[in-house]
Amino acid sequence: MKARVHVMLKNGVLDPQGEAVRHALGQLGFDGVEGVRQGKVIELDLNETDAAKAEQTVTAMCEKLLANTVIESYSVEVV
Amino acid sequence: MHAAVVVFPGSNCDRDMKVAFERAGAKVTMVWHKDTDLPKGVDVVGIPGGFSFGDYLRCGAIAANSPICQSVKAHADRGGYALGICNGFQVLTETGMLPGVLLRNSGLKYVCKALDLKVETSNSAFTSGYNAGTTITIPIAHHDGNYFADSDTLKALNEEERVAFRYVENPNGSQQDIAGVLSENRRVLGMMPHPERMAERTHGNTEGATLFASLVGQLADA
Repeated sequence: MKARVHVMLKNGVLDPQGEAVRHALGQLGFDGVEGVRQGKVIELDLNETDAAKAEQTVTAMCEKLLANTVIESYSVEVV
Repeated sequence: MHAAVVVFPGSNCDRDMKVAFERAGAKVTMVWHKDTDLPKGVDVVGIPGGFSFGDYLRCGAIAANSPICQSVKAHADRGGYALGICNGFQVLTETGMLPGVLLRNSGLKYVCKALDLKVETSNSAFTSGYNAGTTITIPIAHHDGNYFADSDTLKALNEEERVAFRYVENPNGSQQDIAGVLSENRRVLGMMPHPERMAERTHGNTEGATLFASLVGQLADA
């Protein structure tokens, strides 16, 4: 089965890349963009058939490597 | 005094660090990231600058999970010394040996220049050769040196005098102009500026060599 991990900077952590994107959108004439946050999507192919187990394993991966929980939040989706 | 310098794929300041340690009088062993043990009798572990594992995922994240980093962590837990410069500082925060994290520079650009640092404390083996409050000139070269930590962590760092260096003019958005921090036991130092690049007369000055000389001197006496 597949798992999809979304990693985002936590609220309150300045996201200069998101800010640069927001600025560029304004330059292109897209008005009204009040905020942009940029994150990562990580897709995993797993040889696991149990969805609950897959979610547990991928959560452990997030805690250990895929996210730095000092500044990032993550969400795990098993597809 | 015996120093080990860890080498990751993508490290590029490892030999500079080796030379800086050697000129300060240390014996240096280079250690590969897949090694599981540090050489016997190592006093200090140096984690050099560069772009370990291509800075993939997050700077220092993959290096922090390499076999040798388990040993480096154990060495520090035993009271051993460690020095992380630039990417090495990022690795140390990713292992949890130092608090906080280094984010993308607020100006989004890679910044490479010599700049002024204020020495905040002389109370560590690394900084004992400086007078607290003096300004030294050391180069930086990084894209992700923007120091971030939560307010409780910052409060603790200040109260315990664990901020080693601050930028006189903030180049990257670091909170409270922080350029380098010490661990609780003051035996692990992480800093973004490169003292090994300001260690010989031909570099411009030798203010970075003082850090290596202090460290080697203190540990030689121990």
